[in-house]
Parts: sequence; C-alpha cells; structure tokens
Amino acid sequence: MKNIKKIKITVNGKIKLIKEKTKLSHLINGLKIPIKKVAIELNEEIMDKKNLNRIILKKKDKLEIVHFIGGG
Amino acid sequence: MVKLKKDNLIIAKKKFNSRLIVGTGKYKTMSECAEAIKLSGAEIVTVAVRRVNIIDKKKPLLMDYIDPKKITYLPNTAGCFNSKEALRTLRLAREIGGWTLVKLEVLGDKKNLFPEMIETLKSTEILSKEGFQVMVYCNDDPLMAKRLENVGACAIMPLAAPIGSGLGIQNKVNIKIIRSQTKLPIIIDAGLGQASDATIAMELGCDGVLVNTAIAKAKKPFEMAKAFKNAVIAGRQSFLSGRIEKSLMGNPSSPIEGII
Repeated sequence: MKNIKKIKITVNGKIKLIKEKTKLSHLINGLKIPIKKVAIELNEEIMDKKNLNRIILKKKDKLEIVHFIGGG
Repeated sequence: MVKLKKDNLIIAKKKFNSRLIVGTGKYKTMSECAEAIKLSGAEIVTVAVRRVNIIDKKKPLLMDYIDPKKITYLPNTAGCFNSKEALRTLRLAREIGGWTLVKLEVLGDKKNLFPEMIETLKSTEILSKEGFQVMVYCNDDPLMAKRLENVGACAIMPLAAPIGSGLGIQNKVNIKIIRSQTKLPIIIDAGLGQASDATIAMELGCDGVLVNTAIAKAKKPFEMAKAFKNAVIAGRQSFLSGRIEKSLMGNPSSPIEGII
C-alpha cells in the first residue's frame, strides 16, 4: 500500500499534521468551520472564500481562521 | 400639528434611530449580552476579531446570539498596537462578510490604553482609500480630530477617559471644541461610568456614545442598559431644546407683580 506523506502546518497557532496535497477547502470542512462566519488568512494573505478548493496546502503553511467575538 | 424632522444618527450615509452604540465584551454570557443590547435599544454593536477555537467547537458563536442582519456589527481593532495589526484585522473583518463600516482603535500604552495617534492617523488614511468607512477612536485633541477628518474618517470618536475607567468626560472643553469644528458625527467612546455621563456627552452636542464596560460590569447590566438608553435620549432632547443662559444671581420663577 502506498504510504501517504504527512506535512506539518500551523492552524491558529497550533501545529497540525495533515495529508500532503490537502486542499484548503477540505481542511476547513474537516474542522467543521461555518465558512460564512469566518475569514481565512494563509501566510498573512487573505483568502477568497470562493476559491478555497483551488488552494493546496504546503508544509509550514500558516493558517489563521478568525471570526467575530464580543468586544468593546 | 408641526411634524418634527426625524432626529436620526447618520453615519456614512446610514441612518440609525438609536444614538447609543454598545460593546459586546465583558458580559458573563452571550445571552446576557444579547439581552442587554436589546434593552439598550442599540442598533450598532462593536465586535472584536479573534481566532476561531478549532478545538472546542461547541463554544457559542456571537452571530448565533446577535443577528448581524438586524444589528449592525461594527468590527473593531481592540488589542492592536500598531497600524499593521489594525489593517490586518479590519481587512479580515471585511472578508468575513463585507463589513466596511469599522471602528479603528490603535492603542499606544498597555496601562492607560490611550490611542497611539500617529499610527491611528496613518491607518485611517489607508483604510479610507481602501473603501472602508472608518470611525476613529482618538484622543480628545481638536487638532488631531481635524487631521483625522482630513484623511477621510467618517466619524470621530474621542475618549471621555481611559477605556474601562468609568471616570466620565474629563475634558468637556475639548469635546465642545471638537464639536464646533466639524459636521462629522462625534461619538464619545470609552471611559463612561454611569448613565448621566452619556447625558452630558449628548448635551455637549455629541451625536452618540459608545458604552461597554459601564453596562456589562454594572451590578445589574439590564437595568443599566435601560438607563443608558434613556440617558442618551434625555441628553439629546436637552441639547436640541436650547438650554437657558447661566447666571450668577437668582431669577425668581414666580412673577413679582401682584404679590400680596
């Protein structure tokens, strides 16, 4: 059986091990994140939420997923 | 009967009935926050942009309690200490769902939480050029307020006192000067402690007030939310009614003529 390589990325400051060639849309779905209520930044670049399936994650990628919380 | 012109708060061409803006931080629970907002009558609430908790997904979401279709979300940059962080935060906020009316707040000191005005000015200019409508938290400095207006601010938000201090308006003179020099909405932001502070702000001619801690941390937040609602209305009415001249001497309320 072919061995699937895993890569390390950072999601919201935490290291995460994912399969190589994982699409960003796949990762977001897997995390069960309500896409309409968040914004996503990959390596400090804001991602267009319509195009997440075109982004393939690479090792050392830094992902920030943010939403609105209570604040003054 | 003469129909009075509707006295709306207008910010970036949007009309609001309420002149009270409330923050959504520091409440015990989301439902307490939602109820307090309802009682305050506020139509605009400030919100912060933070990381999604990717581990505990059961944590309640603000949007599940406060419907952004009914209440205008005003994303802020609380916690940002330079222009880069503030710009990053607001660009992300816009990406969440098209929010372009924002509150810019760049802090300069972790203890007094005063705004870092050089970075604030720089950020206001950049954001305005990028199509944001920027409401700007600032010092009660008339010169700086003018400069913010010149680079495209859509509302000036001078502090009453340090954020969360509850000290009330410390420099009424400066607020009056800022009022006299601009037609932009002026929203007193930060430092109010009790409802009467909001009335004073409105009587100085401000267009609105922003309150968070004074409601959220009151012993009875729901009652305080109502108090602030009434205080803002009272202050506005008082301002529009044209107060009497001040006099050092007394002036009897009953006529002298006909005294027995």
